[in-house]
Amino acid sequence: MNSPLIDEKGFYGDFGGAFVPEMLWPNIEELQECYQRIIAEKDFQADFKILLRDYVGRPTPLFFCEKLSRKYNARIYLKREDLNHTGAHKINNTIGQALMAKRLGKRKIIAETGAGQHGVATATVCALLDLECTVFMGAFDMQRQKPNVARMKMLNAKVIPVISGNKTLKDAVNETLRYWINHPETYYLIGSVVGPHPYPKMVAYFQSVISEEIRKQVFKKEGRTAPDYIIACVGGGSNAAGAFYHFLKDLSVQLIAVEAAGLGTHTDQTAATTVKGSKGVLHGSMTLVMQDKDGQIIEPYSISAGLDYPGIGPMHAHLFQNRRAQFLNVTDKEALQATYELTQLEGIIPALESAHALAALAKLSFKKEEVVVVNLSGRGDKDMESYIKTIDQFSKDEGYR
Amino acid sequence: MKAIDKLFKEKKDILSIYFTAGYPTLESTQEIIKTLEKNRTDLIEVGLPYSDPIADGPVIQKSSQKALENSMCISLLFSQLKAIKKEIHVPLILMGYYNQFLRFGEEAFLKKCKEVGLSGIILADLPAEIYQDKYRGLFEKYELAFIFLVTPKSSDARILKLSKLSKVFLYVISSTATTGVKDRFEKEQLDFFKRIQKLNLKIPTLIGFGISNRDSFSMACQYAQGGIIGSAFINALNEKDIKGSVQNFIESIV
Ligand SMILES: Cc1ncc(COP(=O)(O)O)c(C=O)c1O
Repeated sequence: MNSPLIDEKGFYGDFGGAFVPEMLWPNIEELQECYQRIIAEKDFQADFKILLRDYVGRPTPLFFCEKLSRKYNARIYLKREDLNHTGAHKINNTIGQALMAKRLGKRKIIAETGAGQHGVATATVCALLDLECTVFMGAFDMQRQKPNVARMKMLNAKVIPVISGNKTLKDAVNETLRYWINHPETYYLIGSVVGPHPYPKMVAYFQSVISEEIRKQVFKKEGRTAPDYIIACVGGGSNAAGAFYHFLKDLSVQLIAVEAAGLGTHTDQTAATTVKGSKGVLHGSMTLVMQDKDGQIIEPYSISAGLDYPGIGPMHAHLFQNRRAQFLNVTDKEALQATYELTQLEGIIPALESAHALAALAKLSFKKEEVVVVNLSGRGDKDMESYIKTIDQFSKDEGYR
Repeated sequence: MKAIDKLFKEKKDILSIYFTAGYPTLESTQEIIKTLEKNRTDLIEVGLPYSDPIADGPVIQKSSQKALENSMCISLLFSQLKAIKKEIHVPLILMGYYNQFLRFGEEAFLKKCKEVGLSGIILADLPAEIYQDKYRGLFEKYELAFIFLVTPKSSDARILKLSKLSKVFLYVISSTATTGVKDRFEKEQLDFFKRIQKLNLKIPTLIGFGISNRDSFSMACQYAQGGIIGSAFINALNEKDIKGSVQNFIESIV
C-alpha cells in the first residue's frame, strides 16, 4: 500500500501522528507493526476484493446526470456509493478492517458511529464474519437516526448510548477510546480517516477503491484519464479521501471538499472546521480542530449527524494547508435544497451528508465540457425523519402542501 | 535541593492526591491544596479540566465538566496557584492533556508553570518520542519534571525506556483502565508490581489508578514509594464542607 503524502511516522506534513495515552500504546503499536504486512498478503487482498465485489456490489456505477448537467452547465456524474450494500461508502472500510481484526486474532469489535452508517456497516460485517460487535452512539444521534439504530440491533450489535458532551459523534469516539483502554483485547474499528496513526492511512487505503473505479469509469465514458473536478463531503473525511486518493498527485484534477456549515459560519452552530478551526490534537491525531483559547474542544453543529464533528482527518488538514484541495461549506438549508433537487431531477434520494457535496455544485462555475464527479456517499433512507419534517418547505406537490 | 527531589530522597509511603481544579466550586482549589498540606499529603496533582479527557473514567470526567461549567480556565488556575505560592510547601504537579499545552504555546506554558511554583507536569497523551524530540530541552530549561506513565501492558523494554525519560518518579498505572475507583488490587496487578520491582529501576515509582482506601494505599506502599489517589478523593469532596471532607478522607487512608 503505497500511500500518498504520508511519512513513516504517520504525518501528512504537520498533521497526523499518534497522540495516545500510554494505556493505548500497546494496541497502536501492534497495529502499526502489522497492518502493512497484512494488507500486502495475497489472501488478504483476495478476500477483500471478493467481498467488495460479491457482498458489497462493487464496482458502483458512475451515473451521468443529464438534467443536473444542463442546470449547472457541465458534464456531471455521480459516483454511486449509495448503491453499496448497507447504503453508504462506509462498508468498504469496515470490510477491510474486519479482515484485519481477524488476522490479528481479535474477535470483539468496537466502533463509534454518528449517522449510524458506520455502525450499521460494522454490525453487518461482524454478522458476516462471526465477530462480536459493540457500537457507541451519541444519544442525540440515536434519536435523529432511528432506522439505523434498529438495523444495528437486528444485526445483533450492542448499541451503547453516549450521554457526555453534545451526545454526538465526538463524544461517541471518546467513549469508544475509553472502552478500548479498559478492554485492550478488543479491536477498534474506526469509521473515518481520523484517530491515531495508522488509522487515517489505513482507512484512506480501504476507501481508495472509490477513486480507482472513478479513473477507469471516466476513461470508459469520457475517454480521459481523469475528471476536472471531484466533489465530496467531509465529516472526518473518509469518502473524500477515497474519492481523491488516486488523483492526489494529478494536479489537473480540482479536489473540492465540502464541510457542514450548520446554521452558517457566522454563527457558533457550525461544523466547518477549516473556517473555525486551528491546529490541535483531537482523538489521537494532530489536525485542524474547533477549539477555544484554552484548547477546549468546541461542540459542533450540523443537521447531518455524519458531518457533526469538530475536526477533520489529518490528510485533509494537510490538503487544506497546502491548498491541494479547495474547501467549501454548505448550510443545513442548502443541503436540504440539494436533496430535493436531486430527488426531483434525477430520482435519487441522497443522504444528508452527500447532499452537502451536491450543494457545492451551485457554488462553483464550470465550463460546459468539464467533467465533474460528485461522490454520492450514501442514500437518504436513514434521514427520512429529517426529510419528512421539511417536505412542506421543499416539495413541489401542492396537493401535499 | 528542590522540594520534590527531597521528598523522594527522604520519604517512604508517599501520599499523593489528585483533584480537578475548579471542582466542586471555582474557589475550592486553594482551600483543597491548603487543607491537604496540613493533613499529611506529600504531593498534590492538580488536574487541569479538559473537554475531552479520554484517559479518564466517569468520576474525573464529571468533575472536569463541572469545573468547566464553573468557568475554570488555565489563566485563572495559574493566578490561583500564584496567590498561594508563598504559603504552600508541598510540591505540586499539573496534570492535563497535550492540546492544552500546545494551544497555550508550549514555552509560555512552561514559563507560567515555573512562575507559579509547580514542580512537574503530566500530559497523558504526549508520546515519549515527541517529548524526546521536541520538548525535553524546554522542560529542563524551566526545571520542570515531565512524568511518564506505564501500564501492565507496557513491555519491560518500554518500561525501562520510559523510566529513563521520566523525571523524579515514574507513574505506575495499576491496571489497563481509565481512572476510577476499585476496591482492591487483584493478583494480575500484584504480578505487575512485582515485575516492576524486578526491573530495579533507577527512579522511584508511585502507583495510581484504582486506589480508594486504606488497604489499597498500604498495598501500593509495599510495592512502590507511595500511591496516588484521585477518583475516590473527588467522590469524597463535599461542596459545603471542603475542609472537613478533605480531613475525613485523609484520616480514612492513613
Ligand atoms: C453517507 C455518509 N456520507 C459521509 C459521511 C461522513 O463521513 P466521512 O467524512 O468519513 O466520509 C457519513 C458518516 O456517517 C455518511 O454516513
